[in-house]
Amino acid sequence: MKPMIALMKRELMNYFYSPVAYVFIVIFLISTVGSTFFLGRFFNSDQAGLEIFFLFHPWLFLFLIPAIGMGLWAEERNSGTIELLFTLPISMLQTVMSKFLSAWIFVGIALILTFPMVITVWYLGEPDNGVMFTSYLGSFLMAGTYLAITCVTSALTRNQVISFILSVIVCLTLVLLGWGVFMDMLNQVFPSWFTDVVSSFSFTTHYNSIRRGIIDSRDLVFFLSIIGGGLVINALILDYKKAS
Amino acid sequence: MIEVDQLTKCYGSFTAVNAISFDVNKGEILGFLGPNGAGKSTTMRMLTSFITPTSGTARIGGKDIITDSIAVRKMVGYLPESAPSYKNMTVREFLNFIAEVRGFSRMEKKEKLGRVIELTSLEKVRYQSIDTLSKGYKQRVGFAQALIHDPPVLILDEPTEGLDPNQKHEVRRLIKQMAAEKVIILSTHVLEEMEALCDRAIIINQGNLVADGSPESLLAHSELYNVVTLTLAKCPDEIMLQNLVALGAVEKVKLDPKGRNNACVMRVYPKQQQNILSEVNHFLAQQNWSVMEIQREKGQMEEVFRKLTLGAGS
Repeated sequence: MKPMIALMKRELMNYFYSPVAYVFIVIFLISTVGSTFFLGRFFNSDQAGLEIFFLFHPWLFLFLIPAIGMGLWAEERNSGTIELLFTLPISMLQTVMSKFLSAWIFVGIALILTFPMVITVWYLGEPDNGVMFTSYLGSFLMAGTYLAITCVTSALTRNQVISFILSVIVCLTLVLLGWGVFMDMLNQVFPSWFTDVVSSFSFTTHYNSIRRGIIDSRDLVFFLSIIGGGLVINALILDYKKAS
Repeated sequence: MIEVDQLTKCYGSFTAVNAISFDVNKGEILGFLGPNGAGKSTTMRMLTSFITPTSGTARIGGKDIITDSIAVRKMVGYLPESAPSYKNMTVREFLNFIAEVRGFSRMEKKEKLGRVIELTSLEKVRYQSIDTLSKGYKQRVGFAQALIHDPPVLILDEPTEGLDPNQKHEVRRLIKQMAAEKVIILSTHVLEEMEALCDRAIIINQGNLVADGSPESLLAHSELYNVVTLTLAKCPDEIMLQNLVALGAVEKVKLDPKGRNNACVMRVYPKQQQNILSEVNHFLAQQNWSVMEIQREKGQMEEVFRKLTLGAGS
C-alpha cells in the first residue's frame, strides 16, 4: 500500500507542477459551465436543478478525459522512466492502479471545482440535493471509465495524438450506442430487445439512469467493471510491450 | 550471489541474448563489454526483471528473477542507460519519491537520503529541478537513486557514459569504494574503464557470450601479449638477428620500420605467449647490443575486443 501512495502522490504532484493542469481545469470549468448557460440555456429552463449541466458531460468528457490520460504511459516511455518504474519493488497492477487513480482524483478535483453551479441553484430555488449528488457520482464514474479506456490507448502507443484519437473513437462509440437518435434508428431495423442489449453497453444509458437519482447496482457494476477491465488490459499491454 | 542460467531473449526471429550463463560472487565487479546492440542492456534488463526472458532464468541472492521478481527488485539497485528520472522534480523530491516507493519510514528516509546525497556529492543541487542539471549531475542522480536502499546488488548500464574525465574518475572511485560488500555488474564500451575497474569481464557479441575472464586473461588473446619490444640505437645485422631467433623461447622477430631518429624498433614474439623478458635481457647483455628501451607488452584490449567481436580476421 505504501508504495502505491507514494506513486499517487508523485503523479498528483506532477499534474500541478506543470501549467497543463491549470489550463485543463480552466478549460474544464469553462466548457462545463459554458455549455450549461449558452448551449443549454440554463436561465430559460426555469429550473433550479443541474440536469442541463450534467446533460453535456458525456460529450465534453469525450475530449477532456483523453486529453488528460493520453500521456499517462506515453510520457513514461518517451523519457525512459518506465524502466525505472518497473524495476521498483511494486507490482505492475499496483503501478497501473496508482497512475489511474491519481488521474481520476485529478478529474474529481476539477469536477468539485464546479461547485459554484451548486451554489447557484441553491440560491435560485430548492433543488433536489439527492439527485445532484447522484449526478455528480455518475459523472465521476463515467469520467473514470473514459479514463480507463484512455489508459489502455496510452499504453498502446508512444504517440500521444494517436492515443487521443483512439480513445475518443472508442468512447464516442460507447456514448453513441445509447444515444436516443441512434437507438431510434436501430429500433426501425431490429427488434427492441436487440436495441436494449446494445444500449446497455453504452455509457449514456447507465449515466442517465444514475442522473435520475437512482443508484442502481447494475450501473455501478457496469462502470466499475469497465474500469477494472480497462486496468487489467492496460497491465497486460504494458507487460507485453513495456520495453519497446 | 548472481547465477545466470541459459538466459535467452528473442524478439520474433531475432535473438538478442542467446543462452548466456555465468555466476557472479560478492565483492566482484563484473564488466559487460560488447559492441552496440550486442545484448548488454537486454541482459541487464532481464536481470532487473524489467523484461521477461524468453527462456532460461537467473537467481539473485537465491531469488528467481521471473517468479520472485519483487524480491529481486528489492535487492537490486539499477541505473538504466542514460539515467532516466522525473525531470520536473527536484533532486530531493525525486530521491524522496524513490525512497517512499521502496517503503522506508520517515526516519529511515531522512537518513538514507542524507547518506546517498553525500555519497554522490549532490549537496549543492539538491533543491534544483533535475532538468536544469548538467549531464554529469543527472547521471549522479541516477546513481543516487540506485543506491538509496543500499542494495547488495548493483546493476549499472553505462555508468560513465557522457561524463567528463573528472566525473568519470569520481564515479569509478565510488564504484570501487562500494565493491567490497556488493556485487556490481556494469556495462561499458570504454575498454580502459573495464581494465581499470573490473575484476572480471564478459564480452558479449550478437547475443552470445564470447569471453569470460579477468582483464589479464582476456589480454592473453592479444597477439602482442608478452611480446618484448626493443629499441636499439642501430639495427643489428642478419647474423645477430638469427642468433636472437635461435633462442629457445623465441618464435619470431619483427623489425618495425617506424623507429624514430634512425633507432631500430623490433618486436620479439615468444612461443606460447610465455614471458621471455629475462631470456631476452640475458641475450642482450651477452651480445652487448646498445639498448635504448626494452618493454614487455601487456597486449592491447582494443585488439582483443576486435578479435572477439569481429572474428579473427582483424
